[in-house]
Amino acid sequence: MQWRNSSSHYGLVSIFMHWLVAVVVFGLFGLGYWMVGLDYYSSWRQTAPDLHKSIGLVLFAVMLARVLWRWFSPPPASLPNHGRMTRMASKLGHSFLYLGLFVLMISGYLISTADGRGIPVFGLFEVPASLTSIPDQEDVAGLVHEYLAWALVIFAGIHALAALKHHFIDRDRTLTRMFGR
Amino acid sequence: MLKKTLVALALGGALIGAGQAMAADYAIDKQGQHAFVNFKISHLGYSWLYGTFKDFDGSFSFDAAKPQDSKVNVTLNTTSVDTNHAERDKHIRSGDFLNVSKHPTATFASTSVKSTGEGTADITGDLTLNGVTKPVVIAAKFIGEGKDPWGGYRAGFEGSTKLKLKDFDIQKDLGPASQDVELIISVEGVRK
Repeated sequence: MQWRNSSSHYGLVSIFMHWLVAVVVFGLFGLGYWMVGLDYYSSWRQTAPDLHKSIGLVLFAVMLARVLWRWFSPPPASLPNHGRMTRMASKLGHSFLYLGLFVLMISGYLISTADGRGIPVFGLFEVPASLTSIPDQEDVAGLVHEYLAWALVIFAGIHALAALKHHFIDRDRTLTRMFGR
Repeated sequence: MLKKTLVALALGGALIGAGQAMAADYAIDKQGQHAFVNFKISHLGYSWLYGTFKDFDGSFSFDAAKPQDSKVNVTLNTTSVDTNHAERDKHIRSGDFLNVSKHPTATFASTSVKSTGEGTADITGDLTLNGVTKPVVIAAKFIGEGKDPWGGYRAGFEGSTKLKLKDFDIQKDLGPASQDVELIISVEGVRK
């Protein structure tokens, strides 16, 4: 398998980043859902949010790399059996997944940095605060983060169902392409 | 001439005296923000956590000669809570504590004032917080009053009261050392 995408196949880099992001996004959702319900005296009370933020910021870097890679090595062309509607729906859907993920990560960053505090990443370095002057920033960003997280995982689920539909009903290469076939 | 001046002085003195005997109304100095609604709560029993409400307003009437006739009213925007930590403030605003989306205002209205000594008084009143109204007693201390350098007249007080979080339907249990919060109110009023 090639590193780069070709006109008909996905390369290693795109495939690896796709599945990495998929696992991390669902993992972060689960971690986030669990950590906000933790008791004040839970031993995870501080570590879980630290992990959530650290992983989220690394994901941001991965997503930036993913967008750059997409520009450097464009994904393969649509499959010939995909009609105009299918192509448009997939383009819209993928745009929402990319855009939504960026807004989701930025909103999370804006909660924790609303008072000017930076975010330590795995205790190795700190990402500084930048925007701190949105009115009620931590609350507004918090609502965006919560609702968008739900919207995104639901939409990612639809994305997965669509892939399964292509595989089992249309019997095309949509899903197998993401495994390099 | 001298006689006239003396009469005028005496009259003036009597008028000033009468003026002081009447309770004066004061507006809390919000413009200059010489007023604070702070609170402190124990963190695990190891230290005090301080917080403040940035947005509140109110008025009081006060007469040093008749403290029992004093009145005070304060309205506070619960969203304006600030403990110098955005994530904690967000948590305090949530349903675990102040429920600010449901109960955006807290109020205190005095019902009676009892002098307890030289410059001190117990202010009893109704505190509405998190949608719960309960009588509380604020132990208040008169700090000072007089003309300010800009043509106004000011009087200031400080008072505190202890609240049980459970009494005001605050659900989150922060542990045995943190069942109560102390509310500390420090205000300066400008005579209307």
